[in-house]
Amino acid sequence: MNFTEDQVERYSRHIILQDVGVEGQQKICDAKVLIVGTGGLGAPAALYLAAAGVGTLGIIDGDVVDMTNLQRQVIHHTPDVGKPKVLSAKEKIAEINPDVKVNAIQDLLMAHNALDIIKDYDFIIDGTDNFPAKFLVNDACVMAEKPFSHGGILRFDGQTMTYVPGTASYRCVFKEPPPPNAVPTCSQAGVFGAIAGMLGTIQAAEALKYIIGKGDLLTNRLLIFDALKMNFRTVNVKPNPERLKIDKLVDFDQAVCDIKKD
Amino acid sequence: MKLKINGKESELTESSVSVIKLLEIQKVDMPDMVTVELNGDILDREQFESTTVKDGDELEFLYFMGGGAQ
Repeated sequence: MNFTEDQVERYSRHIILQDVGVEGQQKICDAKVLIVGTGGLGAPAALYLAAAGVGTLGIIDGDVVDMTNLQRQVIHHTPDVGKPKVLSAKEKIAEINPDVKVNAIQDLLMAHNALDIIKDYDFIIDGTDNFPAKFLVNDACVMAEKPFSHGGILRFDGQTMTYVPGTASYRCVFKEPPPPNAVPTCSQAGVFGAIAGMLGTIQAAEALKYIIGKGDLLTNRLLIFDALKMNFRTVNVKPNPERLKIDKLVDFDQAVCDIKKD
Repeated sequence: MKLKINGKESELTESSVSVIKLLEIQKVDMPDMVTVELNGDILDREQFESTTVKDGDELEFLYFMGGGAQ
């Protein structure tokens, strides 16, 4: 595909970057990225990936926009309250960049549909809000050998790492999901709105770096930040072959209930 | 002994302690939920009791962060 004049203008600040250039921008325009969850992390990630010109953005979320989302989920605006999040996000993406094709899936990623949904994408962004979903994204991506960016936020803290086949996965750091309600969620403990933007845009940058094949990804490293002290650290982590063997997907909440029944 | 915990130097009066004891000394919230990396290797929870921390060791206490969408 050759760029139109409008596209050359739109993407000019990318194109003049030596590490992106016309070739890199072309890769971005050809890329397919799936964003799981269009909330605190998925919202900024989707905005930047749309602006960057990612050819196809998949967005999956089963929720509708709630008033409490607006403090940080910047893709959703006040008139969107009550609207399905994927629809609200799709509308904003179209306004930012009509070149982007959006696959909006109003559903939850589950063990039965995860592999089928991720198979069409080059890179997956975990913008989910709960551990069963985070482990499911991890397991599905490891199983299907799909690169993905893990992200988590709580209060003033964030953490993120990038997986590509062969590197440490989320499960290499955190072996299994914590029991339900053992770890507070953002709705219970609160979250500083701006850190969702900080973390979600790091995830978007990782996706774009992967697509253009430049720089060093956050592989085998967990980036942790504390926005209250504005302190960033990376902790090296190693792949654990045992924890990279995934042969089936589980909906963890269900599994926990099943164990209790026994 | 001197340890480096989450990048910060930490001095303990003990000369060696188990990981589980260290979590207690460091007053780590919810020690059952923390991931511990000792000198670059992530420990299995079952190793917390049997693994001893000694002078010069570097540790990372890593915590679950689940938020993102809701």
